[in-house]
Amino acid sequence: MIEVERLTRLYDGRAVVDDVTLTVDRGKIAALVGTSGSGKTTLLRMINRLVEPSSGRVRIAGEDTAAIPPHLLRRRIGYAIQDHGLFPHRTVAQNIATVPGLLGWPRRDIAARVDELLTLFQLPPAEFAGRYPHQLSGGQQQRVGVARALAARPELLLMDEPFGALDPVIRARARDDLRAIQRELGTTLIVVTHDMGEAFALGDTIAVMDGGGLLQYAPPREILTRPASDFVRDLVGAADRPFHLLALEPVAALVQPGEAPGAPVPRDLSQRDALSLCLWRGLAALPVAGGGVVTLAALERAAQGGRP
Amino acid sequence: MTTLRATGLPRRAVAPDLPGAVAALIGLGGMALPFVQFRPNRIVAGEALTLPAALGARGTAVLAGLAAVLLLAALGRQRPALRLALGAAAGLGLTLALGAAATALSAGGGTLARVSPAAGFWTMLLAALLLAADGAARLEARPALRWLLLAAGVAAVAALLRSGVLADVSVLREYAARAPQFRAEAVRHLRLAFASLGAALAIGLPLGIALHLQRGLRPAVLGVLDVVQTIPSLALFGVMIPALGWVAAHVPGAAAAGIAGIGVFPALVALFLYSLLPVVANTVVGLDAVPAPLREAAAGLGMTRGQVLRQVMIPLTLPVLLAAVRIVLVQNIGLAVIAGLIGGGGFGAFVFQGLNQTAMDLILLGALPTIALALVAGVALDIAVAQLRRGAA
Repeated sequence: MIEVERLTRLYDGRAVVDDVTLTVDRGKIAALVGTSGSGKTTLLRMINRLVEPSSGRVRIAGEDTAAIPPHLLRRRIGYAIQDHGLFPHRTVAQNIATVPGLLGWPRRDIAARVDELLTLFQLPPAEFAGRYPHQLSGGQQQRVGVARALAARPELLLMDEPFGALDPVIRARARDDLRAIQRELGTTLIVVTHDMGEAFALGDTIAVMDGGGLLQYAPPREILTRPASDFVRDLVGAADRPFHLLALEPVAALVQPGEAPGAPVPRDLSQRDALSLCLWRGLAALPVAGGGVVTLAALERAAQGGRP
Repeated sequence: MTTLRATGLPRRAVAPDLPGAVAALIGLGGMALPFVQFRPNRIVAGEALTLPAALGARGTAVLAGLAAVLLLAALGRQRPALRLALGAAAGLGLTLALGAAATALSAGGGTLARVSPAAGFWTMLLAALLLAADGAARLEARPALRWLLLAAGVAAVAALLRSGVLADVSVLREYAARAPQFRAEAVRHLRLAFASLGAALAIGLPLGIALHLQRGLRPAVLGVLDVVQTIPSLALFGVMIPALGWVAAHVPGAAAAGIAGIGVFPALVALFLYSLLPVVANTVVGLDAVPAPLREAAAGLGMTRGQVLRQVMIPLTLPVLLAAVRIVLVQNIGLAVIAGLIGGGGFGAFVFQGLNQTAMDLILLGALPTIALALVAGVALDIAVAQLRRGAA
């Protein structure tokens, strides 16, 4: 569990992060969103003390981070940034081995861990271990950056716009892969993004920041249906709200008995994609694999967020 | 060494080639100049002879061969390897002709006769080397091949000198009379150049790192080093000799530690001071050029400041640092000659002895190996830099 308690950072007497308190449960994903200059990146960097807090504290599993020397703290926290920051003079394997190397793992353990991670990120070790970063595509570099951040099995992973440099198609895939890997490893993840779609797709909870302050910290559904202020509502984008809501749940939650023509859709298809299919094909209902249908009417109700 | 780059002219069977034409102009001009200078002994003014005058028909044949090579180069662009080979062959031919002319002319003159290369030889040799350099530059060879070419060049020169074909040329006569001293001065010269480089790295690297971290100090420190760089070496000695002499005389233990107003110490200090600016400036520029996300990532992964420097910043700065080493080493090998003026030894000892006696051969005995050393050091470090850049690309 990560506890951020009354964290504040002043620059020249001005608060860039102002009295922020939030908690991220073990194994969960928190997305920090906000406009540029909202303080979200500074908040992230105070967690691994790349920026020292002016006041307040951060506790990881109950341990105050101020009591740990910064470099030792950072070796326990994974860190991945937009431009991935891979070391150009080191191979993929050497890049991933950075933190285990700093921690003095035995050579054999490091090699095994590197192989394991490359396989996990679908980069066959025989092909990729000896390559240099400039020999990789943008998507591959990004995966190596995340693999490097996860190398020493950190309890917490911090990411700053991790997909910022990727094009939209690869970005969606990278996001899904990250979510899957995060679930598998059970790592707690705090990710900074300015893309609301990304925040909703990844976050178990979303922290909306503006002017250094935390405006709302809640699960995605609550951010969408009960925004704490006009700013939060505007940031989410009023026009996109129904689609963001539908994207949160699979069709399985709306299945009702019945029959409909056509090929059945999988149960874990998002409600948003189901709505899209209905509209595109001009259908009132879609058959769902394993029996039952999801109707356009049910999707419409769901899009209103359960409001009367 | 002048490097003439390909200018991207279309390749045709006969197309005038600029580097080739320049070399031809220089080389053909050199044919009109005297090839060797013959003197019955070291002191008297001698007689200047062209190559045919010195060697007869053989000399004419060498000139004809050289003229053919030069015209070929001027009229069309050969493949780089062929041009390199032509240039090298022309240089070798000229050198052998010089040896033969010296042997022929001194046959009747006894051991006191001196045969020195004259303006014609140097001019034509320059033309041949221009061709070879143009070929080598356009070869765009991999580092391994460039090492091989450098080694072959050094081996060829060494073999030529050891073979004895040049033994009657005045410079080698001077060498024969001073071989042990020559070896000792060579060691002193290299020691001066490398010790000052080592000192400049030992002080300049930390200073560069400090300036990288503390931007505020930059203008002052770089400004001072810039000024030091512009002080003429003689003026620097003018200041140092009395100052260091005073220190040696008045500070207890200073003289015992090797500090003196003249000799090796002030020479080392001067070379060291001249070396500081390139080392410090390149360190700062190189470190500044490391992208911010890399530093951020390195710190974020848990490297200490020292580890960030050692594992990320310095390896990425290495090509720029090596470029500084190249500048400093070539500069110091050349500048170390002035040590001869203040009793610091090195090849400069021959140069200044020669200047005092107006003995050109003695000056050359100091100058030629200095030039050769600087050339080899420059080329070797160029290859090393290219190799590093290729590795880090």
